[in-house]
Amino acid sequence: MTGLDFGVIQRALPFLLEGLALSFFLTAVAMLGGVILGLGLAVIRLSRWKALSILAAGYVNGFRAIPLVLVIFWFYFLVPLALGRSVSALQSVVIAFVLFEAAYYSEIFRAGLQSIRPGQWQAAYACGLGYFQTLRLVVLPQALRNMLPLMITQAVVLFQDTSLVYVISLRDFMTSASIVANRDNRLIETYLFAALVYFVICSIGAASASRLSARWRPA
Amino acid sequence: MNYSWNWSILIQPPYLGWLASGLELTLVISISAWILALIAGTLVGVVGTLPHRIPRMLAATYVDMFRNIPLLLQLFLWFFVVPELLPSRWGFWLKRDLPFPELWTSMLALGLFTSARVAVQVGSGITAVSSGQRMAAVASGMSPAQTYRLVLLPQAFRIVLPPLTSDFLTVFKNSALALTIGVFELTAQSRQIESFTFQGFEAFTAATIVYLVIALLVTFFMRTLERRVALPDTMGAAS
Amino acid sequence: MTKAHIQASRTPAEIVEMPASARVVPISQGRKPMVEISKLYKSYGPIEVLKGCDLVVERGEVVVICGPSGSGKSTLIKCVNGLERFDRGALAVDGVAVGDRASDMTSLRARIGMVFQHFELYPHLTVLQNICLAQVHVLKRSKVEAQAKARALLARVGLPDKEGAYPAQLSGGQQQRVAIARALAMDPVAMLFDEPTSALDPEMIGEVLAVMLELARDGMTMIVVTHEMGFARKAADRVVFMDKGAIVETASTQQFFDEPRAERAKLFLSRILSQ
Repeated sequence: MTGLDFGVIQRALPFLLEGLALSFFLTAVAMLGGVILGLGLAVIRLSRWKALSILAAGYVNGFRAIPLVLVIFWFYFLVPLALGRSVSALQSVVIAFVLFEAAYYSEIFRAGLQSIRPGQWQAAYACGLGYFQTLRLVVLPQALRNMLPLMITQAVVLFQDTSLVYVISLRDFMTSASIVANRDNRLIETYLFAALVYFVICSIGAASASRLSARWRPA
Repeated sequence: MNYSWNWSILIQPPYLGWLASGLELTLVISISAWILALIAGTLVGVVGTLPHRIPRMLAATYVDMFRNIPLLLQLFLWFFVVPELLPSRWGFWLKRDLPFPELWTSMLALGLFTSARVAVQVGSGITAVSSGQRMAAVASGMSPAQTYRLVLLPQAFRIVLPPLTSDFLTVFKNSALALTIGVFELTAQSRQIESFTFQGFEAFTAATIVYLVIALLVTFFMRTLERRVALPDTMGAAS
Repeated sequence: MTKAHIQASRTPAEIVEMPASARVVPISQGRKPMVEISKLYKSYGPIEVLKGCDLVVERGEVVVICGPSGSGKSTLIKCVNGLERFDRGALAVDGVAVGDRASDMTSLRARIGMVFQHFELYPHLTVLQNICLAQVHVLKRSKVEAQAKARALLARVGLPDKEGAYPAQLSGGQQQRVAIARALAMDPVAMLFDEPTSALDPEMIGEVLAVMLELARDGMTMIVVTHEMGFARKAADRVVFMDKGAIVETASTQQFFDEPRAERAKLFLSRILSQ
């Protein structure tokens, strides 16, 4: 083993930071899209429309049963075919992540919505509120408290999962680190540095989730 | 959409064989990683519930290390970095003499990554068993090891069996990451069929269906296990 | 036959019967009191739960500890077999110093039976398995021997037909009787009862007290934390009254009920007896 040289990190830092920015961007977009779509899926799943509810359940369970890597391959292959023109790897990955995360966020929403006692629905209906008004004004504000820590935990998982874009060579932080590692033949230094960066970021996320859930624990 | 379907590709040689060998590797990696995860995770989960502070902190550190670094990077660390950091004789053995290093690395990395999740579940299961049970065991003269083995763990496992199902399923999904270090498991094989034949639809559909079937089988297996170990809880049912 | 007679005839045999590994006490010390507690202090953070308790329990004696909730009774009884630690003071059980690192607490605990407020039967095991578990794994008895002992004890507590049931299938009173059988299966030299009837429905209290009363009549050394004054009157040799972490009064049973000296004990008695 030759001596370690962490100078390689310093020289490659701008390149690595660009990758990190893409990781954050992907996380943010996938979370935003996943939350919106996931909320819709959860509401449909809990609704009285049987057929739609079964479809939503099939969507959620289907996505949750297959590997994210396979989903990334699917959309990398499928999106250009469906649109009839070539698209960038980033576009196909964004679609894949949004649809994939929606399945996971919908489960968080479903559990959160179900944690609200039926009496709350009945009380709101009794005041003359409609279904969506009750959802928006009464149920969601309460459910959000239970869900926020779980949503942050899921975001930490998602941030780690964005590293999988490595399989289609999209230059996120993970891929950038691997490029640097192999280009400069400094695998030890680069991968250890990458591990440290992921560890620090994810630890901060995990800590904020557990602080939130401790503060909001029902008395 | 302009696509020429050819489903028969899936049963043509060599592609059917590719899928079969991919499935075999997926099963081998996932099941051995799961066994490793159960053993290591139970151990760490127990350590995390010991009455002393230092073992509890060690267990928490273990869980944080494996939970806060992406699995893909953990794979690379085990595959590329750890052999370099070991004493050179071991490193040489790992790099040159060990057959199928990528397979062993996948099992180890996936197993330890999953063990952190198992540890959290087992730890919370033990905590959920009432403190009186531990007292009763200690009061009858049992050693700490006996208390865990005979009284706390059999109850904790029953409590955490349902949430463990989802971790078991996740192992199969995560095993796909082994393709990044050159293991031709199920996802890699379907990808390979796609790039050889351009029949991506068929190849990915086949892999997707196999994963769905695995998920159904695992869920069924765990439900059956839950039912087998469930305790009768209705008063007078035995009399 | 008086209690002293039973005790005299029982004690030497008891020592001979004990497995060699558990015989920590030389026979010459067999006459020492079963439990000697002196100047016991314990705090949880700033709250002092035991404030210098003194208590001696002789072999074959039945002592009832009563007092308002939060008075430290449960903490005191759990100190006796080391389930709770104490901060200061001395505590010896059957000649073994509790709280001393050199003492073999595991073998001491195997000889002291304990019955809990919430039974604490192992829910994943049948009644028979519950009674055999520590016999097999702690005392290293054979399975056959352990089961024979368990069946005999189940008959003694009036549940001969429940050996295959799981705890959740039994009523509270039945569960507590199994818990007593489980403790007796270890051939204890003394039994500790921590509020054994306070988690029970009223109609089930009697069946548990009956088993305990019989045990007392057989000469078992017992320390019982309870509010059941009827049991105390019938079975106890002495009654100890605790309040706010201190032993306020120790008296023979008759004296305690007829003329309690401490004001707080009088007040407690008048309240509990008028219920």
